Formats: sequence, structure tokens, C-alpha cells
Amino acid sequence: MPRLVSHPDEVIVLKRRFGQGAAKIDRYIALDGYAAAQKAIAQGKDAMPGWIIDTMKASGLRGRGGAGFPTGMKWSFVPKTSAKPKYVLVNGDESEPGTCKDHMLFREDPHAVIEGTIIAGLAIGAKTGFIYLRGEYRTLLNIMEHAVADAYARGFLGKNIFGSGLGFDIITQTGAGAYEVGEESALMESLEGKRGVPRIRPPFPAVVGLYGGPTIINNAETIANVPHILLMGGEAYCQLGSERNGGTRLFSISGHVERPGVYELPMGYPLRKAIYEVAGGILGGKELKAVVPGGASCPVLRADEIDIGLDFDQLAKCGSMLGSGGIVVLDETVSIVEFALRTIKFYQHESCGWCIPCREGTDWIKKTLTRVYEGGGAKKDIETVQYVAENMMGRTFCPFGDAAAMPTLGFVKKFRKEFEDYIEGKKAGTPLMTEEHILVGAGH
Amino acid sequence: MSTVTKSIFTPELAAYFDRLVTVYPLKRSALIPMLLYSQDEVGYVSEAVIQEIAKRLDLFDLDVRSVLSYYSMLRTKPAGKYNVQVCTNISCMLRGGYEILDHCKRRLGIEHKQTTADGMFSLEEVECIGDCCSAPAMQVNYEFHDELTPQKVDEILDEYAAEDRK
Ligand SMILES: Cc1cc2nc3c(=O)[nH]c(=O)nc-3n(C[C@H](O)[C@H](O)[C@H](O)COP(=O)(O)O)c2cc1C
Ligand code: FES
Repeated sequence: MPRLVSHPDEVIVLKRRFGQGAAKIDRYIALDGYAAAQKAIAQGKDAMPGWIIDTMKASGLRGRGGAGFPTGMKWSFVPKTSAKPKYVLVNGDESEPGTCKDHMLFREDPHAVIEGTIIAGLAIGAKTGFIYLRGEYRTLLNIMEHAVADAYARGFLGKNIFGSGLGFDIITQTGAGAYEVGEESALMESLEGKRGVPRIRPPFPAVVGLYGGPTIINNAETIANVPHILLMGGEAYCQLGSERNGGTRLFSISGHVERPGVYELPMGYPLRKAIYEVAGGILGGKELKAVVPGGASCPVLRADEIDIGLDFDQLAKCGSMLGSGGIVVLDETVSIVEFALRTIKFYQHESCGWCIPCREGTDWIKKTLTRVYEGGGAKKDIETVQYVAENMMGRTFCPFGDAAAMPTLGFVKKFRKEFEDYIEGKKAGTPLMTEEHILVGAGH
Repeated sequence: MSTVTKSIFTPELAAYFDRLVTVYPLKRSALIPMLLYSQDEVGYVSEAVIQEIAKRLDLFDLDVRSVLSYYSMLRTKPAGKYNVQVCTNISCMLRGGYEILDHCKRRLGIEHKQTTADGMFSLEEVECIGDCCSAPAMQVNYEFHDELTPQKVDEILDEYAAEDRK
């Protein structure tokens, strides 16, 4: 289980109840739990949806699942009236390599996810919410299911929540192993009992989603923020962050650092400080080589590019992404050729095969990089990799193709010299894999 | 609704499934949980499991098979009583995930997706399991074990073996 960590620079909103037994409903209530849902209901039936959505808009909260879409705006796209039932779908598929923050939330504060789901339902007029956890998170699903049962027993879920006359149900769901199912449209397919292949958009889920009804899909961390925001006020939350990036975020810092862990830092916090102060610097006092700033699908940054703030816009400006907030730190001993190969091996394995550019592209890149890695590479292989990756971009039903192409392009562009040297027999770094590891195991 | 008169599952699981198919707007939504929970009980998704689930959900066997083949945790052959799943994805790889994998291979005398002769352990190399900040990490069945070293792996596997003898 990921351990609890802390650092004085943290700004604590989401982690407030971590380590305090808040999975127990009484403890959660004692720590202001379910007060936000009641505050929303106290606005009165007519004013409530608008009040929630306005507060969310004012908070500047942007989705923590990867794309950083403004949450209040997403909710406002749901039509007021709909012939089909509306739904809230909480994305707890958390499979982006380098990310383990939703894991912490489910374990340490499951009721915050439940309360956020209820509030999202109240905002859009949904009567049912689904909380989908990846299949590997069974022990966490058990925690969530207990928490849901406790919330029903208290009348916080069911036909008449908090005595308001409004009904809301939550259904928890397990996945069974598939990265692609974290993609919102594939997630809906999976929840409908099908293979997790993506749907073409438009129509967007806010209009035609789960079972054909208007649906909002949010990451578990996004949802867990909601009760805190309603209690502290949208503006107050917003001010914790940076320009156009409200609030705080759970950053999973892993790899070659002294103190890896899930830290809650304000949006815009300096990446350099996150690595060298919060996470305690590079393991064993080595030199930094590179950072993957937001989970495996985000283009790598070189050591000389870390003087930026951790928010969606600053990372986009320097050609990368904040993604899921998984910061993976690589020290000087890492071979980028090897790291790039391990990354594409993952994407090749996980491509659902629905769109040809993604299915074939990931396979080509993997094969080409394998040849390079094994010493049989030619200089034009770098061009081939780049060409294939560029031609995957934007040509698939879902952003998986981009998620595979972007990190690949980052590696070959930013460390081109290292690839060229490798092909000429001058290998940098200490290998972590052997040839056997490339040929068998995960990804086969 | 089709009825299953003679279930292959324990009465508890059969009763759970009876209820599960009623909770969703469409009962097919129960398919993936049913496959995984059946596997947990039976050990793998057998032909009989496929047929009973298809019947319970009014699906063709083919529908069930098509979904089954998509999800990496679902298997159609038995695994060991304790399925050791070692993560070698990026965060774990940087912290020695491959060493842990190789150590497990040596210690158990089996390769990826193989099972020990006594049926006690099986081994799998897996992608990120969401425990990256305590890398290297693995799961044994659904339990997380992390900040692994070869010695720690030995202790963990010894414990499972001892639990089995109890
Ligand atoms: C391949 C792929 C995998 C994804 N995996 C996840 C995931 O595991 N968890 C998640 O919350 N979002 C994931 N997303 C993003 C979702 O599609 C979606 O944008 C997100 O759940 C929306 O929630 P948010 O607005 O709160 O971020 C993934 C996207 C892609 C393209
Ligand atoms: S990379 Fe191993 S648990 Fe995430």
C-alpha cells in the first residue's frame, strides 16, 4: 500500500482526512463529512443546481483525469431536461503509469468520493451515480462498497437523501484489467458490459452517454474535491492555485527520488522544488536526467527544462502535459532508448485495436525501437519512429493514439543525440532490462 | 428473465449474481463483474462459467467470450492459488522491478504466466498496478506488497506458503 507522506510545502485540501480513519462514516461526519451535500440541499430545489455549478465554475477546478477540462463547464453542458435518465460516472480506473493518487483517496477518504458523486448528481439532476474502479483495486472496491452501504444506512443515499425528498443511488463497479477503459467513452462501453473500445464523438457524453442518457464523467480526484469546494467556497479554492488553474492537486512523485509519495501541492508549484525539496531530491545524490511530468503519456522534460510551474497551461506551453499528475523522475543512469522502449511496449500492449493508426502504429514503433535497442538499428529508424508517431496523432477515435505517440516523439526529439549514439554503438546509461524482458512478459 | 436452476457457483455467489443483474439499467452491465467474481471462486473462467453467465444475462456464449478476451485479468486456464503479479512499468522499473521479477522467477522456478507444479504459485509480469510511489510493487491475488527487495519477496512468499499449510 502506498505510504502516507507529508511535506511542509503541501497545501492540504484533499488530504485533510488522510490517516484519520475517515473510511468510517462517523469519523468522516465528525470531520465535516456530508456537510457539503446538505449545504447544497439547503439552497432549495430550484436554486441548488445553479448554485453548485456556479461554485464549481468559480473554483477553477480542472479535471484531474488527464485533460484538465474545467469541471463546472463540463457539468453545465448537461441538458436541463432529458427524456432519458442522466448519470454521473466516476472514473477510478487509474492506470496511467506513474499515478497512484486515486488509490490513496479510495483508501483514506472513500466518503469524499461518495459525497462528491451525490453533489454532482444534484447539480445535473441525475438519480444514479456509478463509481468504477479498476479490477486490480479489489481491496479498495471493498472499502468503497462498505462506505456506500454505510451511506445508505444513514439515509445519505437512497430514495430520500438527507430528508430532502430527492433520490440518489450509487452503484460501484469493478473493471477487469484494461488501461484503455480509463478513456471516458471506453469506460462507458465497459460499464455496459462490453469490450472497452471507444465511441466516436460527437455526440459528447454530456448529451448522449451511458445507456444513451446525458452523463458526466469525472476522475475520482476531481469528484473528491467537490465537497471541499462547496464548503470553502469556489473563490477560496481557486485562489490556492495559479492563473486559470484553481486549487491544489495530488501529485504522485515516483522513480529516482529520495522520498517518493503522493503530495498535495498548489497548482503552479515549481517542478524543481517538487523534485528537490518535496520529494527529497535525486536518489543517492545522483544527477537528474529527465522527468516525465504527468504520467507515462506526457512528453519527457530534460533536466534543463524543470524551471516551470506545475499547471496545465505552463506544461502545455513547454510542449508537455500535466496529465494525471504522475511525476516520474529519471536519474543520470537511465537509458532513454530503453525507457522509450518500455513505454511504447506498454502502449502497444494496451491498444484496444479498434483504430488502425493506433494498433499498427504502436506495433511499428515498438518493433523499430526493439531493433534499435538490440543493436540492429539504422539512423533512419529514428525518422521512421517519428514519422509513424506523427501520423498517429489525431487520427483515432480516442486520444490513446496521441497518448502513445506524444511520449515517443518527446523521447526521440529531446534525446535524439542519445538515440543516434546508441545506434552507433555508444550506449548511455545502465540497462534495467535484458533482451528476454523485451521479448516476454507484460506486453505479450 | 432466464432462470438458472442448477448453478455451478456456491449458493452465496449465485444469490449475489441473482441480485447483481437487477441493479443496473441494463443487466448486461453485470457481465464484467460476474466474470471476475466467477474467476475468483472457480479459479478461472471455465466453459461452464461462460455458459451460466450467458444464460443469466440472456447473451450468446460468443458475446461473453468476446468480452472475456478483452480484459487482461480474466483467464481461461487455472492459475496458482497465489497469483504473484510483479509490476515492471516505468516507476517500478526504475526502482528495480525487473530484479524483483527475475528473483520471483528463480525462487519459484517458473516463467511469466506459469504455475508451480504443486499449483501453489503462479507468476505474471504486469503493467502499472497503481502503487508507483512505493515501487517496486506487486500484487499477490488482490493484496498489494511494495517497497520490495528480494529478501522481502522471500518473506512474503514464505508467509503465503505457510498460510497454505495451516
Ligand atoms: C487512454 C486513456 C486512458 C485514460 N485513463 C484514465 C484513468 O485511468 N482515469 C481517469 O480519470 N481518466 C482517464 N482518462 C481520461 C478520461 O478520458 C476523461 O477525460 C476523464 O476521466 C475526465 O475526468 P476529469 O474531467 O475529471 O479529468 C484516460 C484517457 C485516455 C485517452
Ligand atoms: S509503475 Fe509499477 S505500480 Fe505503477
